[in-house]
Amino acid sequence: MQILHNTNFNFIRWRWHAIALSSIVIIAGIAKMATTGLPLGIDFSGGTLMVVKFEQEVREDTVRSPLSGIPGDKVIQPYGDPSERQWLIRLPQSGAAEQGANLEQGAQAVVRALQQSNVGKFEVINQELVGPVIGRDLQLKGIYATLASILGITAYIAFRFRFAFAIGAIAATLHDILVTLAFLTFFNYDLSLNVVAAILTITGYSVNDTIVIFDRVRENLRGMRRESLETIVNTSVNQTLGRTVITAGTTFLAVLSLFTFGGEVLRGFAFTMLVGIVSGTYSTVFIAAAIAIILSGKQARGRTAATAKTATGGRKAS
Amino acid sequence: MAKNLRWKLLIIVGVVALAVYAFYPPDERIRLGLDLKGGVHLVLRVQTEDAVLLETQTTADRLREQLRAEIPGATVTVVSSTEFRVENVPSDKDQTLRQLVADTETIFNRSSGAGGSYTLTMRPNIAMQLRDGAVTQALQTIERRVNELGVAEPIVARHSGADQILVQLPGVADVARAKEVIGKTALLELKLVEQGPFSDEAAARQAYSGNVPPDLQILPGTSEGAPGERPATVYYVVRRVPAVTGRELRNSRPTLDENGRPAVSFSLNSEGATRFGQFTQNNVGRNLAIVLDNRVFSAPRIEERINDEGRIHGNFTQQEAGDLSLVLRSGALPANLTYLEERTVGPSLGQESIRAGVMASIGGLLFVMLFILAYYKLAGVNAMVSIVVNLMILLGLMAYIGATMTLPGIAGFILTIGMGVDSNVLIFERIKEELQTAKGARQAVAAGFDRVFLTILDTHVASLIAAAFLFQFGTGPIRGFAMTLTIGLLSNVFTAVFVSRTLFELVLSRRQVAKLSI
Repeated sequence: MQILHNTNFNFIRWRWHAIALSSIVIIAGIAKMATTGLPLGIDFSGGTLMVVKFEQEVREDTVRSPLSGIPGDKVIQPYGDPSERQWLIRLPQSGAAEQGANLEQGAQAVVRALQQSNVGKFEVINQELVGPVIGRDLQLKGIYATLASILGITAYIAFRFRFAFAIGAIAATLHDILVTLAFLTFFNYDLSLNVVAAILTITGYSVNDTIVIFDRVRENLRGMRRESLETIVNTSVNQTLGRTVITAGTTFLAVLSLFTFGGEVLRGFAFTMLVGIVSGTYSTVFIAAAIAIILSGKQARGRTAATAKTATGGRKAS
Repeated sequence: MAKNLRWKLLIIVGVVALAVYAFYPPDERIRLGLDLKGGVHLVLRVQTEDAVLLETQTTADRLREQLRAEIPGATVTVVSSTEFRVENVPSDKDQTLRQLVADTETIFNRSSGAGGSYTLTMRPNIAMQLRDGAVTQALQTIERRVNELGVAEPIVARHSGADQILVQLPGVADVARAKEVIGKTALLELKLVEQGPFSDEAAARQAYSGNVPPDLQILPGTSEGAPGERPATVYYVVRRVPAVTGRELRNSRPTLDENGRPAVSFSLNSEGATRFGQFTQNNVGRNLAIVLDNRVFSAPRIEERINDEGRIHGNFTQQEAGDLSLVLRSGALPANLTYLEERTVGPSLGQESIRAGVMASIGGLLFVMLFILAYYKLAGVNAMVSIVVNLMILLGLMAYIGATMTLPGIAGFILTIGMGVDSNVLIFERIKEELQTAKGARQAVAAGFDRVFLTILDTHVASLIAAAFLFQFGTGPIRGFAMTLTIGLLSNVFTAVFVSRTLFELVLSRRQVAKLSI
């Protein structure tokens, strides 16, 4: 059995369409982020997050109303399976929290308020208090780590391949990060530490995909000297298509299992990975290769017409 | 079987055996992170400014005492945490003052101003040493306290910032108590009472007609009523310079007072005892304030010379008395601590996470295996073996280096499976291609592995670069993820290239294979 056997899709022809589609998604994402802001998780924004398990069945307003005396925008939502009767309560950073001792204030106020109300017995099973210092610290580190890893990978590709390829890979990686962030805002997932980890993993994954194709391009450059770069790239994408689809498909399904069964804590992480895998595969085929060709410009020019016909012929030479 | 094939198989079996030996039994050998086990994660900041201020204040206080006898009328005021000023020194006493401050000059720079005033400023390198020393000392003190609490496998370490300390206490559920024990300054001072108790601070000030001399201070305390009586806050006027401090403590343990209430007894080391003996002998009949963290716990009358024993009363519960003696034993913190971050994971949530994470991993693994088997047939078995070997090496190495398994770490396992599948797919697809060009099975396999080796190397190096930054950036759980991913990537190079190839060679050596089941 073999899927996608000896395919000859002309991916490169669609490069401008692909760039247009990606731009729409990214611009929409940026517009959403600009209006509603990037939803920062407690790791970065600071504040108080509690998961409370109630003994009795409760509704959102029965939890919310006792807490109305606590200032700030509260988030109150069910956590995990409804039968668990677990609720997530999140409070924003209070202004005075810089003084450390007040870090617990919000959490204590919540416990007091719930005790005085009629929600019945409850237990705080998880409590995270993050002060503003740590939040800022993590924000900086997150940005730094992402940029540094992109630079590191780019340097490696530039060293192993051509510079134009490195730019193609970087563009694809940035594309994936932006698309992932856009989807996170569309679906209202908070940017937490785990999500940043997922984004960095996707960076690696996307580059992984790109390298596999570039590697084949490098090999074909030796065997298909007469062909245009466009043809060679298109041939290489087709030659590795089986692998791309199988790997992306299996990884996607493995992460889907994480998304479905992995529990509430891993949901944001798994969602980010799912989006990233799709975006990473797409960007490898359409963005990385396209940009590498556009930047290599001269070699590719003037031979566009021959591309489709010679693509199959190129296979034998490899 | 060819000789070198036999060797390769032996190496594989050996590596697997070593790995299994390292992680068996897994529930003992694999260390679980806080998010899986439950526990407390705290980031504290040491207020290093306190330590610097303390040094300045102590020096100023000492000088003030000396000046009282030598140059009456001169005043000493602390201006900032690193600076104090001496004023109203008559010009004929200039020489005397210079002699008095001579021994502070290794720490303070002296500059003179008009009208017999002098400014003493702490040298910047000394201030830096003090700050750094405060963090180190706080770290050691917290370590001792945490160890005395009896927490298994605690982590107490410097955190990213210069003045931050990370404390992780797995399995601890009572956060309030843990914070109390860790964060208590626990500075014990024994000071002579000049006047008091007063019912409020204003009354105490009034006793000196609103002008309390700089060598005295007013401290709050708790009234010593009869048992059962509601204690009220009272104020004492005490000497600023203590007779002895907790630094001269030899031991401290919980005990009961004459009324059978919990109390804490302490004993002094020989140096402290000598000084304390002298002090109490000179002050028989006066009251001695037992001050803990600037609060007077009791102020008993000195009946006779006391050498090295003392007792602290307060309305303690049994546990409070135990905790107080614990923190006294472990020594005072050099500075106040503030909490920057606090995360508590209840053990039930941790178990829930493990269950979900493991279930998802097994689900993902099973699915991937089924697909690989269906798609690659016999070669799929080969891929499965190399993935399973990869996971074993991963577990073994994690147990060996004592890495912590976190929830994102479980996600790292799934990704490792993904990478393993990818490498095998890359190789198999390449072998299929090579087979099309009408080579024999053996050459196709060899060419497939050779051609793909560079690709696998490149992809793995790139992923390792990403993982390295993740590790460097990460706090707890994320570090676990980066760790798992890094080890997984390394062992995957071995399994995908070496193990998988050896298995192919094994199959090819058995019979004259014309067709590969791939």
